[in-house]
Amino acid sequence: MTTTEQDLSAGMNGGPSGSGGMRAERVSAWFGTHKVLEQVTLDMPAGKVTALIGPSGCGKSTFIRILNRMHELVPGAQLSGQVFLDGTDIYSPEVRPIETRRKVGMVFQKPNPFPAMSVYDNVLSGLKLSGMKPANPDALVEDSLTRAGLWREVRNRLEDPGGGLSGGQQQRLCIARSLAVSPEVLLMDEPCSALDPSSTRRIEETIGEIVHEVTVVIVTHNMQQAQRISDLCAFFNVDEGSPGGIVEIGPTTKIFNDPDDPRTADYVHGRFG
Amino acid sequence: MAVTAPPRSPGSAEAPPPGAGVFGGPGGDTPIRPRSFNAVDAWVLVASIGSSFALIWVIFRLMPISGAVGFLFWWFVSFAFIYWLAMLQLEGPLVAKDRLMAVLIVTGTGILIVPLVSIIVFVTAKGIAYIRPHVFVQTNNLCGQLDGPTCGGIAHAIVGTLEQVAIAMVISVPLAVLCAVYLNEIGGPLRRPVRLFVDAMSGVPSIVAGLFIYAVVVVSLGWGFSGFAAALALSILMLPTVTRTSEEVLRLVPDGLREGSLALGGYEWRTVWNVVLPTARSGLITAVILGVARAVGETAPVLLTAFGAQVMNGNPFHGPQESLPLFIWTYVRFNPGEAPYLRAWMASFVLIVLVLGLFTLARVLGTRTSIERRQKRAAKRDAKRAAAEPGGARA
Repeated sequence: MTTTEQDLSAGMNGGPSGSGGMRAERVSAWFGTHKVLEQVTLDMPAGKVTALIGPSGCGKSTFIRILNRMHELVPGAQLSGQVFLDGTDIYSPEVRPIETRRKVGMVFQKPNPFPAMSVYDNVLSGLKLSGMKPANPDALVEDSLTRAGLWREVRNRLEDPGGGLSGGQQQRLCIARSLAVSPEVLLMDEPCSALDPSSTRRIEETIGEIVHEVTVVIVTHNMQQAQRISDLCAFFNVDEGSPGGIVEIGPTTKIFNDPDDPRTADYVHGRFG
Repeated sequence: MAVTAPPRSPGSAEAPPPGAGVFGGPGGDTPIRPRSFNAVDAWVLVASIGSSFALIWVIFRLMPISGAVGFLFWWFVSFAFIYWLAMLQLEGPLVAKDRLMAVLIVTGTGILIVPLVSIIVFVTAKGIAYIRPHVFVQTNNLCGQLDGPTCGGIAHAIVGTLEQVAIAMVISVPLAVLCAVYLNEIGGPLRRPVRLFVDAMSGVPSIVAGLFIYAVVVVSLGWGFSGFAAALALSILMLPTVTRTSEEVLRLVPDGLREGSLALGGYEWRTVWNVVLPTARSGLITAVILGVARAVGETAPVLLTAFGAQVMNGNPFHGPQESLPLFIWTYVRFNPGEAPYLRAWMASFVLIVLVLGLFTLARVLGTRTSIERRQKRAAKRDAKRAAAEPGGARA
């Protein structure tokens, strides 16, 4: 769990530390004229779990949606700054948003399997929606569901509607769906906030298993969860009437045990927020 | 009468005594269903109906008033009041209020259903007696204007209606769904004018739509009367109905699904085609049904564009064509006398059955989802795999 200073500094320098490293540079965001995010610079090194913590309304979700170009889908949403994926700015004009979203998958707070599709089709939906045909669909379905920790539960129900699974299973189905397009990064926006503790544990195990192949960025309001699963932590905060931003970035152990900023200490120990 | 039941107060007869556990505690495992309607309730209902009838009957006898409608009205009012009083005595004000509202709602539903059911019953009673096999195979060419329903048939009208409505569907449904997709999924500066235009179109009187097609297609283009011209006029009528209903249905598809699809790297058109439209499938079928319902009973635009015929014309693109509403209208309009009316009743019955059949078909097709097709394919796949690897149960 502990990240050595070396790993961290390698990431901080923005050097390409393998496939799937992301770096946001001076990212600001607006909804209309309302600025919600101020000059966020953050490294999300490949093969690590980066947790974004902070009180509600501090711009964590906006930030994570900027990382795969989902922010711009909201009418009136604007942004500035740069986001690098493996050294390429995903906002440069020659990069197609669809390419970026395929490489940077996303799991939402509310499980959203496609109700008109079976479990099987849900897993393959990413390929279908981006116009690709898998060489061996059966194997891909089994592999993706296995990686998401769902295969044993649904292998006999592959043709049931995706919406017929339990909440925790639906969320893991969404993870499997994202993994099936082999993303380099997986963004998770409070993936467990609607789930019970045992489903949450299954998803955390899943994150632990996939992080060797996929960079994970997770927004969570659960401090224990951030401590359990993340290597790095970024604490976002917002003051009344001003846009949100990052207060402190560091290895998870440092953020939770010995933070530099008193606001971080207050937050992680539950004294506010 | 299915009255929604009242909440059972804890002190009432079936409820467990206070202190006993409701959920399977000792002595408390007599199953009760809150708000259920039991025998006592039924008796109170019957007694209220009877006593209110007696009361109003006596009043109508004593006072110089009469009239069935007034009697029914006052009977209902006094029944509602007596029933409310009885429930007030038995179960308390909360239950009494609940029962009173249930009575009002059930009565309102009944009043709405009565015209619908009576139309169907009336048309069936009048028309079903003349349904014979020859009705569906013969046309009108051998019958005079004054012949009764035993002469000839309406095969030409059935064929005309089916062809015209089918062509109108082929034209208007894709356009309407595309328009709804534009309004709800794509948007842009033209969204408001388009919506306004669609709303204005839904207000176009059907005879104006018929006149428009008559002027443009039948006369100016010189195509003459045809089933196709009728289908064009019907399309104008179907388009706004299907568009607005489809738009409402698409709006019900959760945004989370669109985001989920786009976040997977999906193209926007594939998101619409593979996620949004399949999710809205049954609602879209309802939209099409509403559009067909609008078109299938139209008479005026068909008269102006297909003109009507007494003989079979299977080619919708050339020559006058009959339709069922037109047939009905012709026989009611021009033929005073009993026999031609009977032919109109017979055709009305066929029209109602036809519409019912189309709707049932649409519903059946609508509920057969892509998942079921998928399941069949999967069964085949599994069979193939079982054959490929003997004894290979998936582990």
